[in-house]
Amino acid sequence: MSLPGPTKALWAIALALLASCSGGASPGRVTPDRVTPDRVAPDRVAPVTPEATPSPAGRSGYSYMGAELRALQDDSFANPGMLWVDRGATLWNEAPGGGAQRCADCHGEPSNLAGVAARLPAWSAARSRLENLEMRINVCRTLRQGQDAWPWESEPLLAMTTLVAHQSRGTPLDVRIDGPAAAAFARGQREFERERGQLGLACSDCHSRYAGARLRGDLVSEGMINGFPIYRLTWQTLGSRQRMFRWCNEAVRAEPYPAGHETYLDLELYLAWRARGLPIETPAVRR
Amino acid sequence: MTLSARVRIPQQAQAGEIVEIRTLANHPMETGFRIDTQGDRVPRRLIDRLTCSYAGRRILDAELHPAIAANPYLAFRFVADVSGEIVVTWHEDTGETLEERGFLEVRPA
Repeated sequence: MSLPGPTKALWAIALALLASCSGGASPGRVTPDRVTPDRVAPDRVAPVTPEATPSPAGRSGYSYMGAELRALQDDSFANPGMLWVDRGATLWNEAPGGGAQRCADCHGEPSNLAGVAARLPAWSAARSRLENLEMRINVCRTLRQGQDAWPWESEPLLAMTTLVAHQSRGTPLDVRIDGPAAAAFARGQREFERERGQLGLACSDCHSRYAGARLRGDLVSEGMINGFPIYRLTWQTLGSRQRMFRWCNEAVRAEPYPAGHETYLDLELYLAWRARGLPIETPAVRR
Repeated sequence: MTLSARVRIPQQAQAGEIVEIRTLANHPMETGFRIDTQGDRVPRRLIDRLTCSYAGRRILDAELHPAIAANPYLAFRFVADVSGEIVVTWHEDTGETLEERGFLEVRPA
């Protein structure tokens, strides 16, 4: 069915209204002073105000969840993300084929990689590019093991990423944004503030300005990325940071970038810096 | 993808003690109603039954249905009375099964 022009415009306005207002507010851009206290569940989360936000780190998405989900994340047996840690450990000790070395042959125990995930994404001087954990794993896989790179969001790549990031559980995020990474960081920050999609929302609209407010029945978190890869109940499975970016883009009706796109890497660097000081929770459980 | 699961079976208990078995299956619990990005129907694939026997006795027989989320977690308790083998079995509707075994040693109270 093709709608005539004016009807389409009306629909767009109606949709924008639905998405941007939790209550009966007027159209257009929403401002922070319209977050009224009654839209924030007081027993679960305090409204995010400049004074309430600890500096420099923000609040992990963990603190925006109910007690049951926090308990699930903290339970090292029942946390479903641990299934990927297990699978990662199997791959770690498995010979990749063609007489290539196993991960364990060079690195020993996975725990030897503790702290690595906290410093990524990072600039690689050797390859003159910004690299996140998934890319680092695939560098090892292609250069050292002579295998094909694992595709983005594939089960083995998710498992290995989760295993390695899990070794840094408790380590605060600490990425370098100076030197050659500075340009990527600046681009990432612009991306975070850039309005996009049919709804014309920037990442910061929800995750800075409206963190702590409700979007339908859900609490909007600060968008901290210290728990990734996360087991997300919405997905019924585990997903990477990049999958979350794509999901967020689709949620504001913007065309997502393909996996591994430079823009998402820049954004990942900015967000890792934004979550600096927050301990890694991998595998986190989120709604 | 073959079936896999995490399971925690107690190894020791006192007679009369209530012990717990925890299970977490690694499973998509596909209902058969979903359509993938190519427009094809994702085939139905469910764990439809979980059983547990303790010293030769059936102590759990649970039916699972399509509304149960992926990676189903089930925990259950029972009274330890005699030493014996514990067998936990997941049954998939494709006919595939997965078995995990443990031995519970029961000391007199």
